[in-house]
Amino acid sequence: MIPAMPVPLSWYLFLSAILFALGVAGFIYRKSAITVFMSIELMLNAVNLSFIAFSYQLRQIDGHIYSFFVMVVAAAEAAVGLAIILAVFRNRGTLQVDEVDTMKL
Amino acid sequence: MNAWLIPVFPLAGFLINGFFGRRMSKSLVNLFAIGSVALSFIYVCVVLARLWPLDTAYVEHNYTWLQSGFLQVGFDLLIDRITAVMLLIVTGVGLLIHIYAIGYMSHEGGYERFFAYFNLFVFFMLILVLASNLLLLFVGWEGVGLCSYLLIGFYFHDNYSSYSANKAFIVNRIGDFGFLLGIFLVLATFKTLDFGKIAAAVSTMPVETGAGMLTMITLLLLAGATGKSAQIPLYVWLPDAMAGPTPVSALIHAATMVTAGVYMIARLSFLYDHAPLAMKVVAVIGVLTACYAGTIGVVQNDIKKVYAYSTISQLGYMFLGVGLGAYAAGIFHLMTHAFFKALLFLGAGSVIHGLAGEQDLRHMGGLRKFMPITWATLLCASLAISGFPFFSGFYSKDAILSVAYSRAPWMFWLGAVTAGITAFYVFRAFFLAFYGTYRGHQHPHESPRVMTIPLIILAILSVGGGYIPVLRWLSGPSPEVALENRTAMIISVAFGILGILAAWLVYVARPALAETLQSAAGPLYTLVFNKYYVDEIYQATVVRPLQSLSRLLLWRGVEEAIIDNSFVNGLARAVRNFGGLLRWLQSGSIRNYATWVLAGSLLVIFVIGLAGGAR
Amino acid sequence: MDTILFIICAIVAILSALNMIVQTHPISSALSLIGVMAALAVLYLLLGAEFLAMAQMFVYAGAVMVLFVFVIMLLNAGAEKASRKSWFAQVAGLPLVLAFIGVMVFLTKAALPPFRAVEFGSWVGGSAYNIGHLLFTTYLLPFEVISVLVLIAIIGAVVLARKEID
Repeated sequence: MIPAMPVPLSWYLFLSAILFALGVAGFIYRKSAITVFMSIELMLNAVNLSFIAFSYQLRQIDGHIYSFFVMVVAAAEAAVGLAIILAVFRNRGTLQVDEVDTMKL
Repeated sequence: MNAWLIPVFPLAGFLINGFFGRRMSKSLVNLFAIGSVALSFIYVCVVLARLWPLDTAYVEHNYTWLQSGFLQVGFDLLIDRITAVMLLIVTGVGLLIHIYAIGYMSHEGGYERFFAYFNLFVFFMLILVLASNLLLLFVGWEGVGLCSYLLIGFYFHDNYSSYSANKAFIVNRIGDFGFLLGIFLVLATFKTLDFGKIAAAVSTMPVETGAGMLTMITLLLLAGATGKSAQIPLYVWLPDAMAGPTPVSALIHAATMVTAGVYMIARLSFLYDHAPLAMKVVAVIGVLTACYAGTIGVVQNDIKKVYAYSTISQLGYMFLGVGLGAYAAGIFHLMTHAFFKALLFLGAGSVIHGLAGEQDLRHMGGLRKFMPITWATLLCASLAISGFPFFSGFYSKDAILSVAYSRAPWMFWLGAVTAGITAFYVFRAFFLAFYGTYRGHQHPHESPRVMTIPLIILAILSVGGGYIPVLRWLSGPSPEVALENRTAMIISVAFGILGILAAWLVYVARPALAETLQSAAGPLYTLVFNKYYVDEIYQATVVRPLQSLSRLLLWRGVEEAIIDNSFVNGLARAVRNFGGLLRWLQSGSIRNYATWVLAGSLLVIFVIGLAGGAR
Repeated sequence: MDTILFIICAIVAILSALNMIVQTHPISSALSLIGVMAALAVLYLLLGAEFLAMAQMFVYAGAVMVLFVFVIMLLNAGAEKASRKSWFAQVAGLPLVLAFIGVMVFLTKAALPPFRAVEFGSWVGGSAYNIGHLLFTTYLLPFEVISVLVLIAIIGAVVLARKEID
């Protein structure tokens, strides 16, 4: 059994950083548009964790409010973004992000 | 006194005819052209009457042109006795030639342009003559060169005319380079360009025995004079300058512009008196050119070319005169030469006009009965130039040869022989044109009065010009050597008459003799006929290497390779390559963009962290 | 107890996130993401944010992820294919991400003041009452604006995704 020592808040921040980095890695390395979108959601979640951790630290509830707003915006963004992916799929016939690259020199 | 009005009248004529001439009627153009020179002539007489007897020079200070450090140059005008003579020649003879040109150019295109350029020339010549400092003189010097170029190339559609105009200007430019160097040296030595101040400074300096600063200055200025006055080695432009209309040849290349070199040496006599080595060079160049040009003139077939070589030859006499220190004699000969040479050219122009453009002596003959006035006036001129007793040329040439007889006998003998050659070729042209039977196909006729009246006036001056007491008037301030020497006079007259008789013999009495002599001379004749191949030598040694150098080194090497390719194109290429590099950033791939964003944000965090922002 | 819970949830979150990245088929990635969100909800609860934990489950895991799954089914998204484009991302991505983690960790450790220890129940300020109170007083304007934003998002989604009727 692990001794019940209290968890310092910094561990939450480390976790947030790692999740964010994993989200970035997903964005960079995945090719399907929907998976890229999911990586964005992961990044937003990591930021939420960070807000709530700091809110706990400062014993103020404003962090929760920010987190709340982030959630709302993420939901709205998910809706619109998926609609865009739909439109792109209809026009290009592919969901691979690498294939949608005609805006180049 | 407003002496500046003298050159301004012809300038006004140039501006009016130049800008508005196209829209004016011919008589209006004539009015402005002739009127401006006439006004100038009248005003010259008025000024000289007021300044009489001109014991001291009259200096007029006008607007200050340059004021920089110790250099101060203004539009200052100087009138002394030499200037007075030159002023009368330029405006007087110029006026007569302007009147003549009305008749000569009446059928030519570009009428107003011709008179505009003619007036501009008179303006610049007057500036040259009136200048009180070297810079203003140089302005006039260059200006007459420009007008010479414009007028020689008047028929600019003709390739030969353009070529001759270019040749005149470029060869003059070479001389002017030496002239400029001379001016710079004067500035460095005397810190001023004003004639009066230089004369005052030089009078305190000793006479240079060998080569010194004054000799260098005078020799460089002489280089410019050989270009402008067509002496060896820069005479090659004058025969080709005959491509221009005949009044141009009369005014510019006989009476006025080509005498600028002689005038300059006479004006700067205070410098030349202190550099005997340079004087010797002047005299030697003069006498050699006189003889050399005379020999070429003997075998020419174009009447204007004959007179061109005679101009070079007579200018040689003037150089001989001033080179021997006889400045008054040189100017005197300049004056009489203006009379009879202008008359010779105008007469030739009358002949050409009457023959509808024919200039070859071999196609003339027996014109005496067709053009009596031209015949009579040309006879006066030919006698004057041959030094026939009691004509004007006799007195002036005798003045120079007398000085030569006592100072440098070999120059005297060379000059006397040249007098004989001069008489020979001048009368050769005269006899070939006016005696015998007509060998051409035109309808010869006498010229209109507007052309013959100036001929008559000039003939009177050629005959009586020797009696104007110019010599005594000019040599008043500075002492001259004995101006008359019986022996010299007799010898030179003898040579002259011999020449006339020889020409009579060969061309009138026994015409077949000309052919025999020509074939007997054989290769010598070919050599002289081709002007000793000097033009070809210049072309091969100077012109062609310079052109190749310019083309290969300067054009291909510097212009194309260095400036174009490295700098101009190179900069463009560098920008394009850099842009090409940046292009790879716009790949269109979202993942690449995200990676760049990550890298950028990492950099920003790093920098903020370094700057202590995390605190 | 808190420690064990934290460790378990952290490991679940990280493993699910890794799985999300590694899987080729999007549906597997979506299900892994749901796992992440569930773990995060527990972590929120540990941090005393009860309202937000519930909001996380309802909104994120319940609505957003379901939306994702719907779209995957609609588009019949298949497994990813390999691609040779975007070589810069392939090459420089991993080092940069690792550098990013390093910088964040370093900054957290070195630059920030010492943190509290987290004990479940030591702070109960995250109740719905508190959030509602703050939301409708201090943050009233953002609240109203957010509602407009949601409206815009709805309209936008409908417009973007409809079929053109010829």
